Amino acid sequence: MKQADDVLILAIESSCDETAAAVVKNGREILSNEIYTQIALHTQFGGVVPEIASRKHIEKINQVIEKALEDAEVTLQDIDGIAVTYGPGLVGALLVGVAEAKAISFATGIPLVGVHHISGHISANYIEHPDLEPPFVCLVASGGHSHLVVVKDYGEYEIIGRTRDDAAGEAFDKVARAIGLGYPGGPKIDKLAKEGNPDAISFPRAKVAENEYDFSFSGLKSAVLNYLNSCQMKGEEVNQADVAASFQKAVIDVLVEHSLHAVKAFGFNKFAIAGGVASNSSLRAAFEKECAKRKITFYHPSPIYCTDNAAMIGVAGYYEYQKGVRHGYDLNAVPNLQL
Amino acid sequence: MKILGMDSSGLVASVAIMEDNVLLAEYTTDYKKTHSQTLLPMLDELKNMIELDMSTIDAIAIAAGPGSFTGLRIGSATAKGLGLALKKPLIEVPTLEGLAWNLWGSDRLICPIMDARRGQVYTGVYEFVAEQETFVMKAVMEQDACDIKALIEKLNAMGRPVIFLGDGVPVYQNLIRDLLQVSFSFAPAGNNRQRAASVAALGAVYFAQGKVVDARDHQPEYLRKSQAEQEQDEKVKAAESAQ
Repeated sequence: MKQADDVLILAIESSCDETAAAVVKNGREILSNEIYTQIALHTQFGGVVPEIASRKHIEKINQVIEKALEDAEVTLQDIDGIAVTYGPGLVGALLVGVAEAKAISFATGIPLVGVHHISGHISANYIEHPDLEPPFVCLVASGGHSHLVVVKDYGEYEIIGRTRDDAAGEAFDKVARAIGLGYPGGPKIDKLAKEGNPDAISFPRAKVAENEYDFSFSGLKSAVLNYLNSCQMKGEEVNQADVAASFQKAVIDVLVEHSLHAVKAFGFNKFAIAGGVASNSSLRAAFEKECAKRKITFYHPSPIYCTDNAAMIGVAGYYEYQKGVRHGYDLNAVPNLQL
Repeated sequence: MKILGMDSSGLVASVAIMEDNVLLAEYTTDYKKTHSQTLLPMLDELKNMIELDMSTIDAIAIAAGPGSFTGLRIGSATAKGLGLALKKPLIEVPTLEGLAWNLWGSDRLICPIMDARRGQVYTGVYEFVAEQETFVMKAVMEQDACDIKALIEKLNAMGRPVIFLGDGVPVYQNLIRDLLQVSFSFAPAGNNRQRAASVAALGAVYFAQGKVVDARDHQPEYLRKSQAEQEQDEKVKAAESAQ
């Protein structure tokens, strides 16, 4: 039920391969969170096919929005703002959500608020942690992004580290393909790694000379491929689980070390993770342990809010809305939008 | 009876409002800006100019394909959002039929051609058949993606004078001049590209026939699979023929 001073945001997200809509109350309470995932559709192609993703978005978007409103037991008349992801992401996919959101805003007069996808991922942490408020440090790791961010205030960010080449999730996908696990790589490696020895193979932990908070995963990926090749040349059998566990450990070590170094260096005692890779169970466990050791409070969203979803866009959108941010009917999708 | 017409299937962005048999407003641009930046701002200007209350719209006619994949989706998502918010049905007007309607009443064959790249066009062949006080548009050849040369052969076989229009004309006019053996002409500016007024007017005909869809069920007719699916199909075909 909506009280007079409640602010309800209808949020729409279509930046990659999930068509999603949600209704969020006062920035922290999720009234509905509807996700149509296309993963199965793209699996046969070994990755997301942008044109297929865009077509599926247009097919499903109205159903997803209607379901979100229905689950929240509200109508458009109750909605105060429409938040939509307008970048970064696949341009054709983004455009579906953006055009739909603009049209609903135009037809109803409900204000439109464009939201940065990564701002959404970071804001997912506010959903289940009512005590969490900026400032804090957040690691955003997904198939497309690896950012180390200082969250100065709601919607105000400073990127202090980023990947120089592959995103962390991208490395998971590529290694998963190389050892024959297929797409999506993250959850598959996470599962298989549990049966392997993380110290079986020594893979490199890359440091980036110019910026101690930057990441580089392409060298690690090459090292895994070289290892697989050399085993093949020598006719040695590859222990997939050991490769998965050792590779995963190498990624996690770097993420943990850079992140927690930054938390201390910038003088914070709060740290959060976000993005698809944040649902990796070993990564969570490693941060859990290291943060406890260093007396840092560790925050992470449930897996459902780590994957692409609209609830997180609604949360980020709420804070933008409260700041008075409004977008016009010429809002465009920006595939390489900066945070 | 008020119909909103929209077409963003090609380079042109066009919106129109038609009430019964009167065109209240039409706004068409053929400019380099993306439809994401033109279509809805144009509708907004038009709405303000004629002081339109959007809730009085009875149906939304949309050029439903073929065309540029992204362009079609911007139009479709806009139409779907409007339909969802206003609780009004959509009318899917095939893009080529909307184009042919620009030349309403002609006694020649009408052949809109849209450049589909790789030597292909999206096309259809239409004629207007006189009935009491009006004409009925009939498809001699339903819209499809086809090689321009194959189209010209078909038109030669039909043996009737033809008028071309669409953004395929500047691309293929020389080929048409070289290979077409029937008499032909090219439509002038004002009639030779997508117009939302035509989409709305033909939409009204469809509406009267009960041809409407719920906004949630609408998706564009692309007439082509994605590149990835085409390549996959070819692989399957190659594997089958190798056996």
